[in-house]
Formats: sequence, C-alpha cells, structure tokens
Amino acid sequence: MSRAGIRRTYGAISGTVLAFIVLPLVVIVWVSFFANRILAFPAHGYTLDWYARALDTDAFRDGFITSVQTALFATAASLALGVPASLGLVRGRFPGRDAVQALLLAPMVVPGIVGGAALFIAFIEVEALLDIQVAGTIGGLLVAHTLIALPWTIRLVSASLASADRAIEEAAASLGAGPLTVLRRVTLPAIRPAIVAAALFSFVISFIDLEKSIFLVGPGRTTLQIALVNYLEWNLDGTVAAVATVQILIVGAALLVSDRYARLAQAF
Amino acid sequence: MSTTVALRSLIKRYGGFTAVDDITLDVPEGQLVALLGPSGCGKTTTLRMVGGFVETDAGSILIGGRDVTRLPPAKRNIGFGFQSYALFPHMSVAQNVAFGLEMRRLPRAEIASRVARALDRVRLSAMSDRLPKQLSGGQQQRVSLARALVIEPSVLLLDEPLSNLDAQLRGEMKLEIRQIQKAMGITTIFVTHDQDEALSIADRIVVMRAGRIEQDGSPEAVFGAPRSRFVAEFMGVTNLLPGTVEGPGLFRLADGNAIRVPGAVAGRGTTVLAIRPERVRISFPGADTEPDMLDAEIEAATYRGLSVEYRLRTTSGLCLTARRATPATGGPVMLEPGARVHVAVPPDACHFVPVEL
Ligand SMILES: Nc1ncnc2c1ncn2[C@@H]1O[C@H](COP(=O)(O)OP(=O)(O)OP(=O)(O)O)[C@@H](O)[C@H]1O
Ligand SMILES: [Mg+2]
Repeated sequence: MSRAGIRRTYGAISGTVLAFIVLPLVVIVWVSFFANRILAFPAHGYTLDWYARALDTDAFRDGFITSVQTALFATAASLALGVPASLGLVRGRFPGRDAVQALLLAPMVVPGIVGGAALFIAFIEVEALLDIQVAGTIGGLLVAHTLIALPWTIRLVSASLASADRAIEEAAASLGAGPLTVLRRVTLPAIRPAIVAAALFSFVISFIDLEKSIFLVGPGRTTLQIALVNYLEWNLDGTVAAVATVQILIVGAALLVSDRYARLAQAF
Repeated sequence: MSTTVALRSLIKRYGGFTAVDDITLDVPEGQLVALLGPSGCGKTTTLRMVGGFVETDAGSILIGGRDVTRLPPAKRNIGFGFQSYALFPHMSVAQNVAFGLEMRRLPRAEIASRVARALDRVRLSAMSDRLPKQLSGGQQQRVSLARALVIEPSVLLLDEPLSNLDAQLRGEMKLEIRQIQKAMGITTIFVTHDQDEALSIADRIVVMRAGRIEQDGSPEAVFGAPRSRFVAEFMGVTNLLPGTVEGPGLFRLADGNAIRVPGAVAGRGTTVLAIRPERVRISFPGADTEPDMLDAEIEAATYRGLSVEYRLRTTSGLCLTARRATPATGGPVMLEPGARVHVAVPPDACHFVPVEL
C-alpha cells in the first residue's frame, strides 16, 4: 500500500473508533433536549424542561452534592497519601519495594465490582470486630473512594518523579538546602503538573464510580451515579439524559484541564 | 574562602566492583586540577564523593583541613557544576542564582546585588528573568556556573561542564571558566575525558584508570613524559614500539631495526619506545638524508585539515603513524598511499615507558 493509502486507512480506523466513543455521548446530550415523554426517537420538539426536572429531583440534587463532596475528599486524601507514597517508591531503596508498588497499583486491574464487593466484605468484618458501622456510612464511602483514586495518583506522580532530573535535587543540596527544603522548593515544583493532573483525575475517577459505591452507599447517602441507576429502574425520561449531560460536562472539563498538565497517557 | 582539598585513600565499591580504588590527592588552594581518564574510570564517582552525593566506603575527604567525609552536601560549602547543568526548571535565571544565597539567609538586598554581580560576570544580566528552557546550552552552562560561584564556595567541582556544547562554544566557555577561576582564585576539580581540554585548562592533570591514579603531574609532564603505556596512548602517542636497549644510546626494535636514542642505558630488558606521531619525520628518497632513516611505504593517509596522518610500514614490517603538517603553499598536500618514503625519528622525540604485564 502507498504511504498516502496507509495514512488514509489509519485515519479511517481512528475515525471509526472515535465515532464509536463519541456517538453515544452526542446522542445523550442531544436527547436531553427532546420534548418526548420517554426517551425515544424522533424528537417531538425541543425543551429545557428535563434540566429543571433534574434540579427539582431531591435524589439527583443530594446525589450530586454527595458525589462532589466524596470526590473532593477522595482527591485530597489520595494526594496526601499518594504523593509521599510515590516519593518513597521512586526515591526509596527498601526490600520489597516492587511488591509494595504492585500492591498499591493493584486496584487498577481488579474489576470495580469485585473491588467493591471485597471492600464491602472487609467493612462487614471490621464492623463485626470493632462493633461500629462502616458499610453504608459516609466514612465507608470516603475510604472506598480514596482507594479508587489512590492508584491513579501514585501512577501519575511516580511516572513524573521517575523522569525528573535527580541532578536538580543534588544541585539544591549542594547550594545548602536540607532534604525538606529540597522537597519543597525543587522536587514538588518540578512534579507540580503531575500533581495537578492527579488531583483532577482523582476527582473524575471518584465522581464517575458506580461499581464500588453500589455496595457502600446507605439510605440518604447516595452518589449521583447510584441515584441515576435507582431512577432508571422506574423511569426512562429526559431527566436521565439531562443529568448525564451535566456529568459529561464536568468530567470532560476536568479531563481537558488535567491533560494540559500531564499527558494522561503517562499513567498507562 | 577558597581552600585546599585533600582526598585520603578514597574507596567506593558498587557490589563487588571497585569504582574508586584508593585515591589520594592533594589540591592546593587556587589550583585547577583536571581528573582525566576514559569512560568508566571513576572520575564522576570521585567528584561526587567530594560533593557529598556518593557515600565513601573508606578513606576521608578534607576541605580546608576539615574532615567532611560524613557531612551532607548542604554542609560542605561546595559549588557543583553538573554535566546536564541541573538548573531549576521552574525558576528564572535570577531565582536560580539566588537560591544558594537564600539558603544562607542573607538579607534580600545583598542577595539582589550579589546575583546581579554574578550574572554580570557571566554576561547574562539581560537574561535574568528568563526561564532555563528559554536559554541556549551555552547560556544555561553560564547560569549553572554563576549559581555555583555566587555562594563563594570553598571548592568548585565541575563534571564535564563542556561536553554538551559545540566545538566553538566549548572553546569559549573553557577560556571563560579558566578566567573566572583564576580571578576568584578558587580551588577547582574539573572532570573531563578530553585530553585537549585538560591540557589547556588545568594547572595539573590527574590521569585515572580503573579507579586508580595512573599519573599526576603538570600538563607538560603528562603530555611530554607519560609514565605508562596507558597514559601515553591516552595522550595521543600512537607509536609504541617494544624492544631492548642494546648498547648505550642504541634501541633495538623487535623487528631487528635499530634507532639511536641518546642517553638510553642498556640492560633494562624489554621496554617500550613511545614516539608521538607528529615527531615522526617523513622525507622522499633522494632528498635530504638523515641518520637512522628507515625505508617505508605509505599504507594510508587521512586528511585532518591542519595535518595529514599517515600509516606507514617499513620494509622490515614495522607499523608507524606519522602526522605531518599540511604544507602552507606549494607541493602536494597529501602523499598518496603506495608512495615510498624515508622515515626518521629525532632522538629527542623518543621516550621510554615500561612494558605492561
Ligand atoms: N550507582 C552506581 N551503581 C553501580 N555502578 C556504578 C554506579 N555509578 C557508577 N558505577 C560504575 O562505576 C564506574 C565509574 O563510574 P563513573 O561514573 O565514575 O565513571 P566516569 O569516569 O565518570 O566515566 P564517564 O567518562 O563515562 O562519565 C563505572 O564502571 C560505573 O559503571
Ligand atoms: Mg562521568
């Protein structure tokens, strides 16, 4: 095949894949403006009513607030744990380092639903042991979401640390900076893009989680994803599409911003 | 300020491999010493031990008489120039240079004036607000130099500071480093694997080999009187001819030919005669005759601009290289392979080094 031919084929394949990914999103956004009573083609006119309905629905409003709070907490916690952990993993020399690294990244390769079930069982065990409630509490949810975000933070920050020039840390030390000053003035600023990306990505990954949360939410403590699933059980109207559209906007914006700081591809 | 550096029996091992093997070196105040040697001989490791970035396994390091062997880099008051420059990417040129002064908690005004002076010294005042990535390699090198020197370190340690620059810039920077080093009178250890660089910048050259010091002396001594076959080869001596001193002043080559070497004393057994290629003289048969001429044929010729390098084989089978200045005017620039010539070695170009086991 000629060079141009290869390029055209390549372009066609990429275009098809992209269409498969983007098309459902476009359709959801589109139907969220349909005036139809249930989700169906073709449109019988257009309206913004579904957005107003979504706002008026307690489950969605509360779910949104819970999701945002949970995601913010998970972001903060995964940075607080993930950045020091990455420093230890990349800079440290200790026996079993590779094993610890693999363990910390493990949640990425376990199917979400399995991880969720495992967490649920673990929480029940803790409850039995300590006689406190964990599953179904906000505490349990926060712990779970921190665990969801942590591997991504470690992955992004470690990759950035590993590729950072160690000589700049040595330069700072030779100029009179102690270890903490080196960390604060040189190491952390050098990996700042990765930290920003990790924060945004942690937020997103927590915000969109369904599989793990489904085991762990309790009455009145529902994330937006769960609220959607619950709603879908009995209804199939434009509210769902409107909520989904809002989510797409939030997640899309976060990913766009984080991609500007660090190529997400680095994490894989 | 500037002061002496002393290394006492320094040893560094990586696993079973000894990277630095019993290095002892005294650098007097204000001297620029070049650590010279091939890749992997332990130059960087030695320098990094002095800087405090690599722990020593044995031996000690004294700076100004004070034992710093166990001190962290921050407490050694050294200026370190990294091969990659290692500028802080998120700080401007001025902030980079100010860093060491901030660590010393100097008043703001003094920091500003010292940074300005340091940048002025490396002719970068106009660039003080730029980020490192907005500078050329040579400019980054000068920032790293200014940053290392502004703290008025006791010692300046430079690891191949010129290796990332192009030939012309390397020449300029070499002069600049030397000039600043002399002006400040700062004791300096300069790591390089380039013999020309070492010869032209250093007060003294320490040739290293496999973690040990092979020769330690002035540039003239190391160049003119290499102590071993290894140093001779490293300094560009291409003719290393084994043989024996047969009688007073007479060296018998392995192939049976003899070369007159005044002052040579018989009875040393097998030794190696070292002759720099540019000291080997080539003349045409029938032209001026000299004593001790050998008949040879040109096997190969390589044009090098200012000179032409010839590989010669004598009728008795001896292989020699000669370097001949390119004639300024008239005459052929290069002699063609196959040409028959006379080869002569001036007696004062001969130098003996021991045979290595
Ligand atoms: N961290 C390390 N772990 C194991 N071996 C090392 C380490 N650092 C250096 N070495 C080994 O020690 C030897 C000396 O290395 P060093 O970097 O000092 O060489 P060098 O003389 O600076 O060479 P070059 O001219 O290539 O920079 C080399 O054989 C190197 O492989
Ligand atoms: Mg080196």
